[in-house]
Amino acid sequence: MSSAHTLQRFKRDGRVVIVGASLAGLRAAEALRGEGFTGSLTMIGDELGEPYDRPPLSKQVLTGWVPAGGTTLPRRCDIDAEWLLGVPADGLDLAADQVRLADGRRIPFDRMLIATGVRARPWPVEEEAALDGVFVVRTREDADGLQRAIAAGPSRVLIIGAGFTGSEIASVCRERGLPVTVAELGPAPLVGGLGAMIGEVAADMQRAHGVDLRCGVRVTRLEGDAHGRLRRAHFSDGGTVDAEVAVVALGGIRNTEWLRDSGLAVGVWGVACDAGCRAFDLNGLVTDDIFVAGDVARSPNPVYEYRFISLEHWANAVEQAEIAAHNMVSTQADRWPHLSIPAFWSIQFGVNIKSVGVPTYADEVVVAQGSVSDRRFVAAYGYQGRVTAAVSFNNAKWLDHYRRLIETAAPFPPPCPTPDQPVDAKPVPVDFPGPTLLAQGATVVVTGHDPGGRRVTAVRQGR
Amino acid sequence: MTTTETPDTLRRILDHSSRADPYPLYAELRRTPVALQEDGSYVISTYRELTGILHDPRLSSDVRNLSRPMAAVEGRATPSFINLDPPEHDRLRRLAMRHFGPPHTPGLVTGLEPDLAAVVGGLIDGFADQERIDVVDDFAYPFPVTVICRLLGVPREDEPRFHVWVNAIIESIDYDPGTDPPEKLDNGVQATKDLREYLGGLLEGRHGRPGDDLLTRLANDDGPDGRMTDEEIISTANLLLIAGHETTVNLIANGVLTLLRHPEVLNRLRGEPDLVVPLVEELLRYEPPVHIIPWRAAYSDITVGDTVIPKGSQIMLMLASGSRDPDRFEDPDRFTPDRRDNQHLGFGSGIHLCFGGPLARLETQIALTELVRRLERPGLVVDPPPYRPSPVLRGPLHLYVEQG
Ligand SMILES: Cc1cc2nc3c(=O)[nH]c(=O)nc-3n(C[C@H](O)[C@H](O)[C@H](O)COP(=O)(O)OP(=O)(O)OC[C@H]3O[C@@H](n4cnc5c(N)ncnc54)[C@H](O)[C@@H]3O)c2cc1C
Repeated sequence: MSSAHTLQRFKRDGRVVIVGASLAGLRAAEALRGEGFTGSLTMIGDELGEPYDRPPLSKQVLTGWVPAGGTTLPRRCDIDAEWLLGVPADGLDLAADQVRLADGRRIPFDRMLIATGVRARPWPVEEEAALDGVFVVRTREDADGLQRAIAAGPSRVLIIGAGFTGSEIASVCRERGLPVTVAELGPAPLVGGLGAMIGEVAADMQRAHGVDLRCGVRVTRLEGDAHGRLRRAHFSDGGTVDAEVAVVALGGIRNTEWLRDSGLAVGVWGVACDAGCRAFDLNGLVTDDIFVAGDVARSPNPVYEYRFISLEHWANAVEQAEIAAHNMVSTQADRWPHLSIPAFWSIQFGVNIKSVGVPTYADEVVVAQGSVSDRRFVAAYGYQGRVTAAVSFNNAKWLDHYRRLIETAAPFPPPCPTPDQPVDAKPVPVDFPGPTLLAQGATVVVTGHDPGGRRVTAVRQGR
Repeated sequence: MTTTETPDTLRRILDHSSRADPYPLYAELRRTPVALQEDGSYVISTYRELTGILHDPRLSSDVRNLSRPMAAVEGRATPSFINLDPPEHDRLRRLAMRHFGPPHTPGLVTGLEPDLAAVVGGLIDGFADQERIDVVDDFAYPFPVTVICRLLGVPREDEPRFHVWVNAIIESIDYDPGTDPPEKLDNGVQATKDLREYLGGLLEGRHGRPGDDLLTRLANDDGPDGRMTDEEIISTANLLLIAGHETTVNLIANGVLTLLRHPEVLNRLRGEPDLVVPLVEELLRYEPPVHIIPWRAAYSDITVGDTVIPKGSQIMLMLASGSRDPDRFEDPDRFTPDRRDNQHLGFGSGIHLCFGGPLARLETQIALTELVRRLERPGLVVDPPPYRPSPVLRGPLHLYVEQG
């Protein structure tokens, strides 16, 4: 039987299971139907309700513009799927081609897509995390709760972590006139994503908007009152702040635990896959029937020396979903690589921040256009003399140009002047904080001696 | 990729005899995506190269960056934002945008809908029982003029006065030192002065007065960017007044012409008014009102494809050619009213993306739906119709239609 014939049959009446019923999952399902897949489609999701959009949760939802329930993702077409909602998948049996659900059901598949995303990293001390007034923001319920807490007019809001989510929430709180303290372990907001220079701009922006910004400190303890309500936070520098609401914005944890024993290449950075979204097994061999997309995927990018990169970007989730869907129903020769240059946006303190490329993949940064003091500029990032990323503040219309510079490995700094180039544009070191997270222990060990017997096994982290 | 093999093609495009159907010439032009002309300017005609350069911060809209100065069309007046680069462009466009759309004035365009429908209805009432109408003079021209006058706060009765100036200005846009008499340029410069003086007169009465029109609002508004100077307000009003109707008239007239040439689409639109939304987009691709952006300048050396365009060169952007590029659009010479993936260049692209785009869209949507709904069995009297002189702002001079 020819593989083309098998593929035709699979397209006609195969079984596809998608685990993770959010942005990547839904868009993949739609793309599959768009590609002419008429077989059975099962969507497995641990959340209840229709797939919804997350970016507004830290923006329009918190300002009160849009109710938390009002961010349902628009449907591009009827996907005619069986929805298994409210129950998580808790295992994958590759030998039997089945997904195991927490309630014991086993769902068979011919091909499956992993799109389980990330969840919010909770406050590490459980009793403190359980205090009334302590929030994370990942789900609709989270945002709804926080929105109501903010609307009640707390005396102060504490934001723990000044990454994108934390900074956006600080901005909304200021917009609503609430006193806000932001605590950040790094030297400035956004440094982890965008480096020291932009970090400084972000810090100025926060202070100019009346945020009590405290950098280089760790929140050591959240203190509650007798009723279990948050009252105070303690810092590593001995300081304290009284707050009724605390938002824990410490990034995400990839939802991969359920895949631990599956034999797939799974770790804290997600599920490794090739540029065509096909998952790797533990040995680094590509699987044929298991695909990955969205925040949980970690894939090599040829533009960045084939390094494995995981992204928590909306556009990336959509693009990978579409690539994965296409490749699921295509022969090897027709498969597409995911080659788009990453793009991200955020809105905070009235500034529209957008990036293309991977700013962390850089050693230098230069203000290429506009003016930092006006908060209207484009900064270009370079790695060993070529452009690898760009970030714009209120100047997004130029980013297409920078995307093309990245795609064509244009020299850094971009040499040709523009009318709005700052006269003193000099590249400076990009300066990201040390690789604290990278220093984690091994996740696999190699066993065996002769080439046919060498294999990788997973190491359990002591967590 | 560059050669000088096609300078003739551009000549022929600019020649009035090609006005009715320049598209085969565009196809010829696209064989050399970046074509160096004898006078040292560069013509860009393919979609990819056009979008690339429209997003390139080294492409300047300020003719003062040309190494060979060109006959200045705006006289020595403060340029309007269409002819400026960032950061000045951005500031002025932002200041104007405050009164024209989201986020500060979100409901403006949609709020105009009843007004637009009323104006359109009135115009059609005026000729509904005539056997023969001129879609340009009776409809496509007076409609957007009325609208932009109202928006700006320019008395509609003054139209005969500024019509003459605007015509002279539009004509001077295509000024070609090789073939045109110098008076054409002089007339344009004088008309610019007259129009500015006229607008300045209107502006005088607006300071410190309440009012909803754009002139009054610009004269009295303080935002984070401060306030426009009177000179800047006049330049802006000048731009909006001209661009606010000289383009829409072509879009509507081209639209009617295209519908009459595609009776099956016209009939579909009658029964399916929602079709008008994608249909107008397709129109912007297939028969756009602005065909060419004639004078952009290379601020520094710009590489497009394999060609280095040297600093100071004049660059001509053949937008209408890009929108018919077969490497970007399937079957580009076909009018497909519900085409998907229709990222045409009808409004340009990048930071100068047409300021009035949302209004032009709505005007044309309403104009076409209403006309199709109310005209009975309309038929073209002459095809092709006579065209206006300009290869840049291309459209019929008259468009005679008979109702049967
Ligand atoms: C507050 C906030 C603001 C954001 N703002 C921006 C922004 O401005 N710009 C931008 O580019 N990106 C932004 N993002 C990121 C963007 O939302 C994500 O990149 C996107 O949601 C990723 O989609 P996904 O489908 O891969 O993962 P997710 O949206 O995380 O979806 C994964 C789904 O899988 C479910 N799941 C997990 N484990 C299991 C299991 N075992 N079984 C079944 N189901 C499971 C989860 O509950 C979830 O519903 C923001 C995210 C948040 C939270």
